[in-house]
Amino acid sequence: MRVGVVTFPGSLDDSSALRAIRLAGGTPVPLFHASDDLKEVQAVVLPGGFSYGDYLRCGAISRFAPIMSSIIIAAEHGFPILGICNGFQILCESHLLPGALTRNQGLHFVCTDQPLTVENASTPWTSGYTKGDRLVIPIKNGEGSFQASAQTLHELESEGRVVLRYADSNPNGSKNDIAGITNARGNVVGVMPHPEQAIESLTGPSEDGLTFFTSILHSLVGR
Amino acid sequence: MALDTVTVAAAQPELTQPWRELGLKEDEYARIKEILGRRPTSSELAMYSVMWSEHCSYKSSKVHLKQFGEKAPHSDALLVGIGENAGVVDIGQGYAVTFKIESHNHPSFIEPYQGAATGVGGIVRDILTMGARPIAIMDPLRFGPADAVDTRRVLPGIVAGVGGYGNCLGLPNIGGEVVFDPTYAGNPLVNALCVGVMRHEDIKLATAHGTGNLVVLFGAKTGGDGIGGVSVLASETFASGKAAKRPAVQVGDPFAEKVLIECSLEIFAEDLVIGIQDLGGAGLSCATSELASAGSGGMSIQLEKVPLRDPSLSPEEILMSESQERMCAIIEPSKLARFMKICKKWDVTATVIGEVTDGKNLEITFNGELIVDVPPRTVAHDGPVYNRPIAKPAYLETLTPTTLPTLDSTESIKRELLALIASPNIADKSWVTDQYDRYVQGNSVLSQPEDSGMIRIDENTNLGVAISTDANARWSYLDPYNGAKLALLESCRNIATTGAKPLAVTNCLNFGSPEDPGVMWQFAETVRGLADICLEMGLPVTGGNVSFYNQTGAVAILPTPVIGVLGVIQDVTTRTKMGIPAAGLSIVQLGNTSDNFSGSEWAHLHGQMGDHAPTPDIATEMRLINLLLEGQPLFESAHDLSDGGLAAALTEAVLRNGIGASIDLPAQYIPGGVAAGLFAETPGRVLVTVKAEHLAALAVLAEKFEIALHELGISGGDALVINGAAIPLDELRQAHTQTLPKLFG
Repeated sequence: MRVGVVTFPGSLDDSSALRAIRLAGGTPVPLFHASDDLKEVQAVVLPGGFSYGDYLRCGAISRFAPIMSSIIIAAEHGFPILGICNGFQILCESHLLPGALTRNQGLHFVCTDQPLTVENASTPWTSGYTKGDRLVIPIKNGEGSFQASAQTLHELESEGRVVLRYADSNPNGSKNDIAGITNARGNVVGVMPHPEQAIESLTGPSEDGLTFFTSILHSLVGR
Repeated sequence: MALDTVTVAAAQPELTQPWRELGLKEDEYARIKEILGRRPTSSELAMYSVMWSEHCSYKSSKVHLKQFGEKAPHSDALLVGIGENAGVVDIGQGYAVTFKIESHNHPSFIEPYQGAATGVGGIVRDILTMGARPIAIMDPLRFGPADAVDTRRVLPGIVAGVGGYGNCLGLPNIGGEVVFDPTYAGNPLVNALCVGVMRHEDIKLATAHGTGNLVVLFGAKTGGDGIGGVSVLASETFASGKAAKRPAVQVGDPFAEKVLIECSLEIFAEDLVIGIQDLGGAGLSCATSELASAGSGGMSIQLEKVPLRDPSLSPEEILMSESQERMCAIIEPSKLARFMKICKKWDVTATVIGEVTDGKNLEITFNGELIVDVPPRTVAHDGPVYNRPIAKPAYLETLTPTTLPTLDSTESIKRELLALIASPNIADKSWVTDQYDRYVQGNSVLSQPEDSGMIRIDENTNLGVAISTDANARWSYLDPYNGAKLALLESCRNIATTGAKPLAVTNCLNFGSPEDPGVMWQFAETVRGLADICLEMGLPVTGGNVSFYNQTGAVAILPTPVIGVLGVIQDVTTRTKMGIPAAGLSIVQLGNTSDNFSGSEWAHLHGQMGDHAPTPDIATEMRLINLLLEGQPLFESAHDLSDGGLAAALTEAVLRNGIGASIDLPAQYIPGGVAAGLFAETPGRVLVTVKAEHLAALAVLAEKFEIALHELGISGGDALVINGAAIPLDELRQAHTQTLPKLFG
């Protein structure tokens, strides 16, 4: 199973995402922003980082990268895409996901081991979880406060499109404690926490994040 | 103003030049004229002035620092020593590690965010320049009183700057220090450490040789920021009434640096450079003169080719600019096309600005006119050397012993402990460290608040390195010779408690004005102590940094030698953490406690300094390190006893996993009673937990290494109980964690 990870200028967690795919049993494939070639991957991860230095707005410049034109077309055909942190921001800027990620309520960058609840275990990226599962996965961002209109929030909630929710306490002022969402079709998922940094208990707070990567491999096999 | 060329300089020998404004002394200016046989051009004057500044030339410290060479222990591990951008050590399996600390104190006081940010950027480029991929950073920080108004300006800005730059570079911040003391009120210390890794064969040096090879400047364009910044700022005190030097602080662009890192590593991987140097303090003046000086000497530069952000910059300003995120490489002409292609891939501007010549001089032209013609060594290495006056300071004669309360009741134990662990220096630092990414790159095995940071180097073999930085400035104030030794010992203990073996040392020596004989004595004693202990322990010093003029008006900071120790661990999965992991474990203190409270946090809490630092017992400390390494499989947790003594160590160990402990300190066996048992900061002690069935094996080891072993109690419960004084963990946590958020929001 070939799963791609895009490196934009300023991507930081691309190497960790590639490692996560490998540890999950997949074949990690590095993709580069300047090419529109998806190299026959079957799913794509947009990793965390500060692509283009977060200049203008987080994700606003990356959204125009050549690779994104291929990804946007593929997404509309049901291709599985996971955006993590900056990747989530890029997906929102690309209008593949609704809403926006804004400055954290406390105005600080926050790095912490965040308790989360799985709300939707039917996406290809979360199918290995059970709804209601409690996870601990790091968050690390300065602009992770999810904001959307009342109508969008209503749609996300009523359609079961909230994928992850902050548990115990809301670290950044996100509406409805939302930590991750999916599109109507369920193939595009964006999350602020970093599952790729919770795949080994040696280096992360848990191994709770690995299931994102095993889920996608199982989903691809099942196709 | 007309261009001041070499021809003009020869024709107008008596022109008055602003050497004093540029920070040169009269005899230094005379020396430049002697070297050149004429007055310098304005561009030459600019170069000499920045390169001969205290910051760049080490003119006051050189005579002392040479001890690190004279007393250097034999070491098979040292691959590159002092003098290059950073030292390099062999950690086995073909890996080489480079690490170094630098200061960015003065810019961070003026402009906290940018000062701290560019401090991180500068040290990261030093590591990159060696050919290494930067893998982690640490930041020892020191501030004025936590409740001082200006600390609320300085601290949040510095923390945001360290985070803003480091987070954007994708470097995990795995440790450091946050210390408050009134002497730092007008002069915070921002020290930044970076560690990088490479294969042995990939080590790069700053040298320019091979006539006809090209000098390529790549990275950000050159702007007007930081002109005379670090070098001039770091070489003067902040005298009131002087013109503000605000614009002299560099402005950082971490995105540009991140791209520069990836671009450089790709260039290194294809072996495209002969020599490389980053542009930091003194900018192009430093890079060209150091590269040429380390090579055959000859280099020609066409200064008008330097890409500018601000086209109005004069040649002197271009030479002095400390614009960030720039590198200078020496490459063979045949490799230029490939070099440029990689730069284009990463959208990095790269420009050929000159070439290596077969001459002896560094010749710089501007639109065809010769404006610099100097022997590069005279700029880079033959700066003035001062043997400044030294005098033991008078304050040492007026020190008084501590007079502290005895703890004669459970109430007094509880009261004093809670006050100590809530005091700013001992309180939980999450407010700071949660603003730093400690996870990125996915190899952070340990990060703050563990005793040392630890990074996995090889995913297959689990080889790793541990790094710790430590200083006890109050002990250095009381006794700088022993203070330096104690800082190094603490750092080594912090490495050994996690299971790593100390391998090499770096340092950042922060002091007041070298023109004050008392400060110079502190400095000389510190260097002597550090060189002596490194020789005795067989640890090579791989490099370091000196920062003078850290004072507000006439008051110098406490002498603050920050010592960084690098350790190596063969299998990171065996590392020991500091938190007590389970109930029912035996809690053991290794090492004896004495009744000296001088320089301790508890004495500080009671407004006292005391009169003498502990005497380091190096032989015992080395045996303790060996015990820690050999006994590592026995330990469930291990935590160094240092700032705040046993009280602080216990608090941190129980709160880490929320597992309480119950201990008894038999007052009659501890000189100084329960108070000393809890609050003395006697060096050479470690708190460990072991399963009951391993106690006997630990006792055997303790006897073998002649280390005192004291069984203090047992883990478990939801309180910390000391001699019957029970503090619920919730109350303990509340006291320990609320101080910084309350002060800084």
